Amino acid sequence: MSDIRFTEDHEWVRIEGDIATIGITEYAQEQLGDIVFVDLPDSGAALAQGDEAAVVESVKAASDVYAPITGEVEDVNETLEGEPGRVNEDAEGEGWFYTMTISDPAELDDLMDEKAYRAFLKKL
Amino acid sequence: MAAKHLNELEQRDDFVSRHVGPSPDEIDAMLACVGAKSLDALIDLAVPASIRSQKALDLPPSRTEPDVLAELRRMASNNHVMRSFIGMGYYDCFTPGVILRNVLENPGWYTAYTPYQPEISQGRLEALLNFQTMVMDMTGMDLANASLLDEGTAAAEAMTLCRRVGKSKSNAFLVSAGCHPQTIDVLRTRAEPLGIDLVVGDPHKDMAETAPFGILLQYPGDNGGVDDYAGVVEAAHAAGAMVAVATDLLALTLLKPPGEWGADVVIGSAQRFGVPMGAGGPHAAFMATKEDYRRSIPGRLVGVSIDSSGRSALRLALQTREQHIRREKATSNICTAQVLLAVMAGMYAVYHGPERLRTIAERVHRMTCITAAGLKRLDVEIGNTAWFDTLCIHLPDGNAVELHHEAVAEGCNFRRINDHTLGLSFDETTTRADIEAIWRIFGDDGSLAVEALDGETEDAIPAALRRTSDFLTHPVFNSHHSETEMLRYMKRLQDKDIALDRSMIPLGSCTMKLNATTEMIPVTWPEFGGIHPFAPADQLAGYREMIDGLEKMLCEATGFDAVSFQPNAGSQGEFAGLLVIRAYHHDRGDMERDICLIPSSAHGTNPASAVMAGFRVVVVACDSRGNIDIDDLRAKVATHAQRLGALMVTYPSTHGVFEEAIRDICGIVHDNGGQVYLDGANLNAMLGVAKPAEIGADVSHMNLHKTFCIPHGGGGPGMGPIGVKAHLAPFLPGHCTQRGSLSDGVGAVSAAPWGSPSILPISWAYIAMMGGTGLLRATQVAILNANYIAKRLDPYFPVLYTGPGGLVAHECIIDLRAMQKATIDDVAKRLVDFGIHAPTMSFPVSGTLMIEPTESESKAELDRFCDAMIAIATEVDEVESGVTAIEDSPLHHAPHTLDELMSGEWTRPYSREDAAFPLPSVRANKYWPPVGRIDQVYGDRHIVCACPPLEAYQDAAD
Repeated sequence: MSDIRFTEDHEWVRIEGDIATIGITEYAQEQLGDIVFVDLPDSGAALAQGDEAAVVESVKAASDVYAPITGEVEDVNETLEGEPGRVNEDAEGEGWFYTMTISDPAELDDLMDEKAYRAFLKKL
Repeated sequence: MAAKHLNELEQRDDFVSRHVGPSPDEIDAMLACVGAKSLDALIDLAVPASIRSQKALDLPPSRTEPDVLAELRRMASNNHVMRSFIGMGYYDCFTPGVILRNVLENPGWYTAYTPYQPEISQGRLEALLNFQTMVMDMTGMDLANASLLDEGTAAAEAMTLCRRVGKSKSNAFLVSAGCHPQTIDVLRTRAEPLGIDLVVGDPHKDMAETAPFGILLQYPGDNGGVDDYAGVVEAAHAAGAMVAVATDLLALTLLKPPGEWGADVVIGSAQRFGVPMGAGGPHAAFMATKEDYRRSIPGRLVGVSIDSSGRSALRLALQTREQHIRREKATSNICTAQVLLAVMAGMYAVYHGPERLRTIAERVHRMTCITAAGLKRLDVEIGNTAWFDTLCIHLPDGNAVELHHEAVAEGCNFRRINDHTLGLSFDETTTRADIEAIWRIFGDDGSLAVEALDGETEDAIPAALRRTSDFLTHPVFNSHHSETEMLRYMKRLQDKDIALDRSMIPLGSCTMKLNATTEMIPVTWPEFGGIHPFAPADQLAGYREMIDGLEKMLCEATGFDAVSFQPNAGSQGEFAGLLVIRAYHHDRGDMERDICLIPSSAHGTNPASAVMAGFRVVVVACDSRGNIDIDDLRAKVATHAQRLGALMVTYPSTHGVFEEAIRDICGIVHDNGGQVYLDGANLNAMLGVAKPAEIGADVSHMNLHKTFCIPHGGGGPGMGPIGVKAHLAPFLPGHCTQRGSLSDGVGAVSAAPWGSPSILPISWAYIAMMGGTGLLRATQVAILNANYIAKRLDPYFPVLYTGPGGLVAHECIIDLRAMQKATIDDVAKRLVDFGIHAPTMSFPVSGTLMIEPTESESKAELDRFCDAMIAIATEVDEVESGVTAIEDSPLHHAPHTLDELMSGEWTRPYSREDAAFPLPSVRANKYWPPVGRIDQVYGDRHIVCACPPLEAYQDAAD
């Protein structure tokens, strides 16, 4: 049973048990255009909510990706190193960035569910 | 009675009408178009009365070109060119004549802009790729950037790179005491605001105690020694510290390169590769590093990509690291390079190739060895046992001063290290007669003979440090060694590019005005070029007179009280100016004033510089017209009143508008204890009309490469001297070689005390030839030209912002955001088919073009540009209205190469004529782009930053 949440910085967080998978949303990849590089965190890095976790670069912009919750980085999507375009092709699937532990499940409550995120996008 | 008086016939203001493009008739026609009766009336309409200067500029009247050349010649003759043995990173050299005349003295190279539009910049991009490849080869590193400002700032960039990418949490940076003193000086200035603990010591001994995040070594050392650093590198890496090495390209033809003994970052100056010393600059510094740090290297990086037909094509890579995107999080505030000088240095390597370079180095080394052998016969004690080109001479009697004077009497400059030590550095210009003169100074009675000692003297490079690896093996460094081949190679590259010798370059905020030939001529005079920056002061008398004169002229033009010429770029001016403000606050005990307010519309360099200077950036909102939101400013000032340090503001605004509230804005900041930094990027709209200091600025940089005619050189050199009001003057940058003549102030921001003096005659000559009235006329016509373009293009592409009277300042932003199918790239690249350089794209507002024509473009040229834009508007209309699919439009496929048009089958719905000659007038003077539209994504996903093997070009074509 997975649950997906979103941040106002256009990241998605998929929760499966005590592990969260994080990436950027379809909307974010569209805004960035062709992505040329993703700088991922190191496995084992301890992140607090709001920390800079990754950097995503397209030819026209560079954006920081912040940790949506507090936890420790488990796994990173090494495929993106050679094929950053995966993010454009499948931002909310194969273009995932990293997984992390969930230190404080209460932090998840601050994030938007899919419906709330759609509504948030409409207002932009 | 004579029909005309001699006064009139002498035409002392002739140059003004040469510099200002439009003729009086054209000016009248344009005034009628924009709805002003006269130039004065236009300024009354366009410029708010509240900011106007009450008095005309108090500058001498215009002088003629021959008169100004004669005056500069007189000043030049007061410089005394001696044989330089000073070294310290500056060496005399022979600029090959073919490079001197065809690059340094050639407007096809020096008037080009930074290669942001790669399709029309393939020539200089290739030249820069040669430079990068050369630096990589010589240093033994994985990649190199396209040059930095000077060795001192390159060392500072290396320090911050080590901190960014290193794993160590230490705050200390260990600098070898064997580094050049001016490098240590610049490092000190840069380390302090960032909270880096700079430790100067002996890396062989001090590593454990310092536990630094990085170290900087000099190889060969400042005093000439050639140390084996293998152990140091091992210890540093074991302790988690990064290793940066400052080095010398010529030495590396003989010495084992730092990349082969573990260096992480390698920096230095490429000056001695054919670039005159020029009393300190301009020169190209370099930085090379490992593949792992590719995304962290500051400055520009040329990379290889492909064009629309899959052929190899060059462009700037990894642009998103830069400040215009990353702002306060940028890698560095460096947003320029020293392209012209890097091109020269790269060409020097192309012309000489590996064999000749090694021979030059061997000759320099041999001369050094022979001199040393002779000195030993004279019982002179030489401090170093190993060297490349520099001897450190110990004088137990403490007679360094005396010998120094004797040397000067022989026409030689030795380096006086202290009372007991002299330095002697040799270079490719050293002759046998020089060696004999040196011996004479040390007491030789004529019994020593070069020929005899040559046979008896061993080389002085330790066997373990000899280079065994090949370098410069790429064909480009092995093909153009005859002058004919070299001449044609450089011409071939030059012909690929659009510079001011072909077309206007209407880039907003870049002020691509005339770089008059008369202004350029003195730059290559030996009296300006052949001077070492640290030569005794009396030998630079001509320079000082010229620089002092220029300071007075700039003070009058801007209202400031003092100027520092040290900053080598606008970004360096920002950094220096903010440091001055910080030092002023600290001097008054206001240690907590560390907030720098920056409007959201500011160029990204502003926040990047503020962070470097130790400020915290607070962004001030702008209204929908791009003006500072006064309410937000008041609110931010109120919130941070106790900590308010500075406001950085661009005037006229980044949006090309004279903000009416600027005096109030400055007043609010002053009332709350802050200082105002005015970014002088747009000064060309103000000269003779308003003065930054009068409207409230405390400090401002002046881009001499914009307003004051120093050419852009294809992306450098530049100069960004700062003007300050009297209360800030004590804090202006100092220099370790000028204690006593310059105040110490905030320390050094550049390697040389006056930045790049050899290009200052350009600005001096410009102001002298224009005079006060000429400068005013230039401003008036710059504003007229911008408004004329705005008026002509507004019906097709709406002008986004206007100020008083519905007028713009010296540039205008046109809005292309209504386009749904065509892109701004399509418009920019289609302009190439017309032979015109695109304006600034998507800055300061995404989806717009910012156009700055400058006063130097005639109405005929402005019309050529406007006609092209209007023709493009028609093509855009066809696409937007659905008449033509975007894929079927020439917009989508622009620029069109000859290759494409000549290919057998033509299947596009538009004709080949429409592709290549979109207006009949284009036929008469057709520029053929060498490549089609370049694939930026491909290049940034497959990064290659060295000359590709020749087969790569072939493969791509297949």
